[in-house]
Amino acid sequence: MRYAMAVDTKKCVGCSDCVVACQTENNVPIGYCRDWVVETMDGTYPQLEIEIRSERCNHCDNAPCVRCCPTGASHKAEGGIVLVKHNRCIGCGACIASCPYDARYPHPDGYVDKCTFCYHRLKEGMKPACVSVCPTKCMYFGDLDDPNSDVSVVLKKRKSKTLIPEAGTEPQLYFLI
Amino acid sequence: MNEELIISGRENPMVDPHLNIWHWPIPLYLFLGGLAAGILFFAALYYIMGKEKEYPTAVRKVPFIAPILLIIGLAALFFDLRHKAYFWQLYTAIRLQSPMSWGAWTLLVITAASVVWSALHIRDLFPKWDWKYQWLRELETFFNKYKKALAWVILIYAVITGIYTGILLSAFNARPLWNTSVLGPLFLASGLSAGAAAIVLMSKDPKERLLFTKIDLIILGVELFLIVHMFMGFLASTQVQRDAARLFLGGQYTMVFWIFVVFLGIFIPGILDLMELKGKHIPAVIPGTLVLFGSLMFRFVFVFAGQISRWLY
Repeated sequence: MRYAMAVDTKKCVGCSDCVVACQTENNVPIGYCRDWVVETMDGTYPQLEIEIRSERCNHCDNAPCVRCCPTGASHKAEGGIVLVKHNRCIGCGACIASCPYDARYPHPDGYVDKCTFCYHRLKEGMKPACVSVCPTKCMYFGDLDDPNSDVSVVLKKRKSKTLIPEAGTEPQLYFLI
Repeated sequence: MNEELIISGRENPMVDPHLNIWHWPIPLYLFLGGLAAGILFFAALYYIMGKEKEYPTAVRKVPFIAPILLIIGLAALFFDLRHKAYFWQLYTAIRLQSPMSWGAWTLLVITAASVVWSALHIRDLFPKWDWKYQWLRELETFFNKYKKALAWVILIYAVITGIYTGILLSAFNARPLWNTSVLGPLFLASGLSAGAAAIVLMSKDPKERLLFTKIDLIILGVELFLIVHMFMGFLASTQVQRDAARLFLGGQYTMVFWIFVVFLGIFIPGILDLMELKGKHIPAVIPGTLVLFGSLMFRFVFVFAGQISRWLY
């Protein structure tokens, strides 16, 4: 099993509903977030190209945060999801420094926190909170090993990219372009 | 032209200070660890070479400050942890892929070994010293018997400690400035030159001072070479590493790096060392202090500059 997510940059309008849904679902402390929205503008007026991306932890196959964690608190769970065991995390910050996507933050309680692909919801057969609430339905989630999952189907149909694959992280968050 | 806007609030290092995750305790520790490693390296080396009587300051006296430096460094590391009550989890795992994990174990060994080394020479400081308990006396006899083995352990672990402080940073490919394998040898060289400077500062014997001034000069030269080598590597590398190098070549860290680290911390003490060796009398306190200052500044500049160097996408 290999969980992955695809975000359609052509459909996303940057409403940040995914951000708020995540904060509510995961009790993210005020002022922090596990996902965020980036808007890039390319070109010179009037030839402008806009791209809107809902970003989060890339749950990398070659995760630098898991590699550098001194205690094993950052680990790979079922389906390649990168999780942090709160009671093993010492809050040293190595994983935060190691993430080229800056996807982690120090939780005010001391441990390091990040997107979990809503692991607790997946176990109940639900989709991550951000995917469920998206009003434009621009996010696809599922198992890459299952050819019929939402994410496999859309990745076969559409052209996609990942963020800075040259960092060698093998990210599993895809952007449809 | 490419413009990037973050619409919803991400913890962005440029916008939000959360991602500037490592503050002053980390560079302070890297300096103290490197300095202690340098001091212990020379103590063990000259003991193994059988020159304890010739260079008593290096072998017996200066190592007294090593455990103090290491303990202050460890306290700084502990202070920087955000989940302090769980720090012991470090010692429940050995993760070879994580430099911080084997670094933590290395620190445990070198701190303990430096305490033992100091304890063996405690009578240099307090001539009438006597251990209160019999088992401590037996322990002293035991370590005196195997002092050479202890010296080898210290020598090897001093090198590992010196290198690991650099590898700790170079293992992060997310921070292009740190992501160079030159950093390990460079931090080791910086620690060794700081150790030699500390010996010159504390020694009263002209022969010993002359030797360590010579050693200091050679290592400062190596350091300068490694710095040039590092920038050559950066400039011949990918865009992100070229951008990282530009932080020091016209960017915001240019002045502080070239003036404090290279000019005052390496170049000037190097010239002063050279003048001393040519027979001009230079007060040892000037080059010694400058080398220590440069070594400290080097860690601060590198840790802070590294955290703003990043991949762009």
